Amino acid sequence: MTPATGRFKSGDRVKVKFEDRPGHLRTPWYIRGKSGWIERVYGDFLNPELLAFGKDGLPKKTLYLVAFDYSEIFGKSQGAKDKVLVDIYDHWLEPLA
Amino acid sequence: MARGHHDIGGLPGAGDIDQAEHALSDWEILADAVNQALGARGVKRTDEMRRAREEMDSAAYRDMTYYERWIASIEAILIEKNILTKEEIDQKLAAFESKWGEP
Amino acid sequence: MSDDHGHDHPKHELSYYAKRIYAMRDLLVEKGVISEKDIQCQIEYQEARTPANGAKLVAKAWVDPAFKARFIADPKAACAEMGIDATAINEFVVLENTPKVRHMVVCTLCSCYPRPILGRPPDWYKSFNYRQRSVADPRGVMREFGLELPDDVEVRVHDSTADIRYIVMPLRPAGTAGWSEDDLAKLVTRDSMIGVMDALPSLPD
Repeated sequence: MTPATGRFKSGDRVKVKFEDRPGHLRTPWYIRGKSGWIERVYGDFLNPELLAFGKDGLPKKTLYLVAFDYSEIFGKSQGAKDKVLVDIYDHWLEPLA
Repeated sequence: MARGHHDIGGLPGAGDIDQAEHALSDWEILADAVNQALGARGVKRTDEMRRAREEMDSAAYRDMTYYERWIASIEAILIEKNILTKEEIDQKLAAFESKWGEP
Repeated sequence: MSDDHGHDHPKHELSYYAKRIYAMRDLLVEKGVISEKDIQCQIEYQEARTPANGAKLVAKAWVDPAFKARFIADPKAACAEMGIDATAINEFVVLENTPKVRHMVVCTLCSCYPRPILGRPPDWYKSFNYRQRSVADPRGVMREFGLELPDDVEVRVHDSTADIRYIVMPLRPAGTAGWSEDDLAKLVTRDSMIGVMDALPSLPD
């Protein structure tokens, strides 16, 4: 994969931005505003938000596998360790202390 | 802004998973192949097609079948890129119908 | 369109959209945007892709620890080793199930799926119910597919929102020591590689 130029590394705690704007957004609603951590750094990819409108997708954005405790998003689970994991781009994340 | 009609992860009210599968009709196989061929030729990007489906009428999005949504988005993007016009597609469709008979 | 093109013809019973794709296909070919050969190649490419590819990879990973390590570290290279063409996948990640961890894959926003390995996704994977429920109720979905998991097993649901494509490596069933790869592959169902169920416990009839 192309090297990652983004801000985060594995283990960093992050929060998904609660943005709401027009366009082709690949950050699902159910995780917006939620907190989790970087599970994997996947590397840089063309930005789908730009590709969707016929643009070249540059500059590339770093894609991460972000993990969330199930309870953070959906409340109590039958499985206390259950997780939801989503592939999210760098510009949708902010650092958490 | 509101949550897009495609952005449905976690929404309540979903029922059981219908595990029945259907063999694809010829027209569905064709839709799939045309979509892939357009991508392979660099005519359109997958994200453009997704965006077209996100921009569809929300009721149509729920009511159409999977490959019908693909066909609608293929048409929308080809027209947007001035590769085909709605009029010529309509004319071709009318030619089929006059050749093969009204449904 | 004349009768002697040698391919399927639209029939008057077809729905509006079905006829529309035939119309677009004809126009696109007439204008040289794509060719008949392009279309035929795509049809054949897709037909050659079935869950048997994934089953072959998983079965080999079960019997050969070195291959398993390669499969997890670089799945596309492992596919090439096995003569499986995964070049169309941008990036590909293998999610290994263990006795204490199960993975499940969904694309809530559309229907992203590792098509170059497994072929087309089943209808249910693309359904609104699966897309809506999987992230919120993975255990309920698994239950529908016959998989009931204890509370202390960790369920990890992956929402495939970008260019990464996921395949679940199901657990090797008990009592299969010494089995051939061919027989082991028969236990690896498509649904076990999506993660809604485990591999079959015994050979299907």
